[in-house]
Order: sequence, then C-alpha cells, then structure tokens
Amino acid sequence: MIILGIDTSCDDTSAALLEDGKKILSNVVHSQIKLHHPYGGVVPELASREHLKNIMTVVRESLREAGIKMGAIDGIAVTVGPGLVGSLLIGLYYSKAVAFVHGIPFMAINHLEGHILSIFLEDEVPVFPFVALTVSGGHTSLYHVKGYGSYTLLGQTLDDAAGEAFDKVAKMLGLGYPGGEAIEKLGQNGSADKVNFPRAYMTKESLDFSFSGLKTAVSLYIKKWRGSKTLSSDVTVADIAASFQEAVVDVLVTRVMSARKKVNSPAAVVTGGVACNNRLRAKLMLAATEKDIPVYFPRPCFCTDNGAMIALAGYHRFLNGESAPLSMDVRSRFPISDLSPIH
Amino acid sequence: MKHESITYRTCSALETIDLGRELGMLLRKSDVVALMGEPGSGKTWFTKGLALGLGVPSDIVITSPSFSLVNEYKGRCALFHIDVYRLDGVSDFLSTGLEEYFHQDGVVVMEWADRWPEILPEWSIIVTISIIDDKTRNIILSGRHLNVVEIIKRMPESKIIGDF
Repeated sequence: MIILGIDTSCDDTSAALLEDGKKILSNVVHSQIKLHHPYGGVVPELASREHLKNIMTVVRESLREAGIKMGAIDGIAVTVGPGLVGSLLIGLYYSKAVAFVHGIPFMAINHLEGHILSIFLEDEVPVFPFVALTVSGGHTSLYHVKGYGSYTLLGQTLDDAAGEAFDKVAKMLGLGYPGGEAIEKLGQNGSADKVNFPRAYMTKESLDFSFSGLKTAVSLYIKKWRGSKTLSSDVTVADIAASFQEAVVDVLVTRVMSARKKVNSPAAVVTGGVACNNRLRAKLMLAATEKDIPVYFPRPCFCTDNGAMIALAGYHRFLNGESAPLSMDVRSRFPISDLSPIH
Repeated sequence: MKHESITYRTCSALETIDLGRELGMLLRKSDVVALMGEPGSGKTWFTKGLALGLGVPSDIVITSPSFSLVNEYKGRCALFHIDVYRLDGVSDFLSTGLEEYFHQDGVVVMEWADRWPEILPEWSIIVTISIIDDKTRNIILSGRHLNVVEIIKRMPESKIIGDF
C-alpha cells in the first residue's frame, strides 16, 4: 500500500511516498528558507503563495523519484494543523482534489503526531512505551507515548518554543535565519561555559519549560557586553552563542531524563527541527548512556518538517479505518489530546 | 481628547501576571491591547494575566504566538493573542487578514504593535513594558480614547510615586 504524505504547515512544501508504512519511496522538501532569509522569519502571505506555486512540482517530483504514477497511490495523508491557516489550506485543498479525482481516501493528520512518529521512519526504532520530546520553532512538548495514537502530554513550554528562542537570540546577535543552525555553527568556535545563562526549571516536579527568562538574560547581557570594552574584548559572539545553546540544551536534557524517570519509560525519543542540534544529541546521549537508557533521534531530514512522517501517520490512521470527509477544514490550533488512539 | 496614563512597577513575573489580570477583568469585547516592549520584557506573561482576568480557564496555557501569529482562547469573550514579530510590514499585516480581528467579538492583544502604530485602532490601550533589571519591570498603560480613559481610571491605584 502506497501513501502520499503532504505537509504545508509552515515554510516547507513537502511530499513523500511511503510503501507499507516503512519503505520511503521518495521524500521531497522544497524549503522557502532562502526566500524568507532577509526577513528573519516566515512571512505567512509569501509562504502561502509559495506553497501554491510549489505543491504540484513537489508532488510530481516525489512521484518521479519513486517511479510511479498518481494512479498507483492508495491514499493521501495531509497535515491539517497545527500551523499557519493560509499555508495549511493549500495542502488540504490540493489533497482533497487529488483524493476526489482518483477516488482514494484522504487522512487528516496532526503535524505533531507526524513528528512523534517520525522516529519509525528509521531502521532502528524504539518499543512502546517511550518518552518523546518534540522540539521545534513552534513547539516544545514532552509526551508519554504508549502506542500509535496514544500520547499523553507530560509538559510543554509556558512561553516560547526552544526553536523560537534560537531564532530570536540569533536575531539579537545579528546572525542569520534559521537561528538554530547559525548559533550551532558559530558556537563551535566559542566556549559554552563563558557566560552562565540561567536554566529555568520552574519547580522540581514540573516537566514544563520556560525560555523567556533566558531570552531576557541574553538580551540584557548583550546590552551590557556591547557597552563594555573589557567585556567585549574578553567574550566573543561565539562564546555568547555557545553559552546560550548550552543553557537550552541543559534544560532539554534534564527534562527528558526526569520525564523518563517519572513515567518509568524504558526509552527516550527526540524529534522536531531542534533535534538536528548536535550539542543536544551529544549531551542527551551522554546523560542517557549513564543510565543505560536508549535514546533515538531521527536523521535530520526527518527531524525538520517532511511529508514522510505525515504519510506514516496517515498509514496507521488508514489501517485503523479512518478517513476524512471532503468537508474537512484546517485547524490552526490542534491539540494532540484531540486525537484518538489507534487500535 | 485627553491623554490618560498610569505607571506601575512590578517586581516579578507573578506581579506582571497580576497586573495583567486586573486589566483583563475590565476588558470587554472589541477592546484592543497593544503590547510594546523588547524581547523578554514580559509581554507573554502580561497576556497570561489578561487571559485570567478575561476568564480563560487557568489550566489553558498561554504561549507565545510568534510562530502561529495568532492564538485564540475562550473566556468571558474570545481572546485573540496576536504577534506581528515575524511580519515584514503593514502590507503583510493586511494581506494576512489579521486586521479582521479588530472587528470580531473578542479582545485583541497584539505584541510588537509598536513596529507600525498606524495599524492600531484609535481605541487601543497601549501597554509599554520596559526592563529595569532582571526581575523589575516598568509598565505604563495609556491611551486617548474615552473608553481607554475610563478603563485606566478603574485600574487599581499605582503604588509607585510619579503617575503622569
């Protein structure tokens, strides 16, 4: 069974073909990063127009790479939320049209479920239950994953997402977009213990995150740093980038480990764009190995937004007998608690 | 029209939330709160308070709308939490359709509105937050519209000297 997965929830237009929920026949992503770079962020109206311009090409490319025709697909899975409404609409209406014309079912997928399940696109997969951290520009959430479709929220950010903090600090430092990549690259030349930025842990028991205090601390520090000759000769931009990254990574690692302990889960999974960060990968691996806990990260192309993870979620929803009506609408807010377990 | 303003000083995120709650309790649908202040000054925390004051259940987490542009909550009336941080100009604001929220049955809270003050309706309540130090914030509520003047008059007395 071949599922076409489509994601247009933010600034990437993605399409992928997945066979029997395992074999990736193609995974095409058209990134708008170059287009948005001068703006230091995603411009929704531009994003929406770009999706419209790109979606046919991206789907055609995914079919060509897989060497199949549209008639060979058995179903379409498409992200309906959460995300930017204008962008989501392009993916949804395209999918509805194809589903209608070819007389195949389409599945309405929650983007976050796609991220959680993205680890199953890899050869080495965890067994249920596990703790999953989904961390990106728009999300920072910890889930207890008991099975397909069964996700309990353990904690989430109370203000900014970790990826958003990366983007905003990168902007303060005059670095490029996306901020995560820019900070990681620059941070390699800096020392992570040069500036001791705060690690916000709320209370000991809480599994929630807060990155706004860190953002304030970095902003205040940069002001002080720019105004002081001795400080700016002693501390480099790279040191600030590395120290900031360390503060974010420390909080993420600590939270994953305490969540795992709290629900007594045998494994941990990290997904989403920030999961590409090598410092996060290294530090979590280290912390988990000490406790003999296996940690799983998808490879970077499945961490950032992609159609394959949507196809995978769609495959499991389809096997569960689910398909969406043509009257389906997008949902800019789509809490994962609204999903039903897959039996 | 008379310009009315009141200045507060808060010494913790919780106090900022509390001040937001006081304002939230006085708001009615179609009110617009324009939040101004640098990153990390506490705009999202102030909004958490506003939401409480508007009757949004306390177990609903108010998070930054920087990524999603607008987050919607239900209280006594709807609360639209907008962030124009990612947008590049007034034309982006208009083409995204965010302006429509000013005319819907709800309270609009807009972050980074100071980038283009011309998009704000005249009945906006301007809330300017500035960082004094790590924990302390100066918070000024101001506006010219009759409705705003009324709201400011009904706010609790400021404990700091020098209301102006």
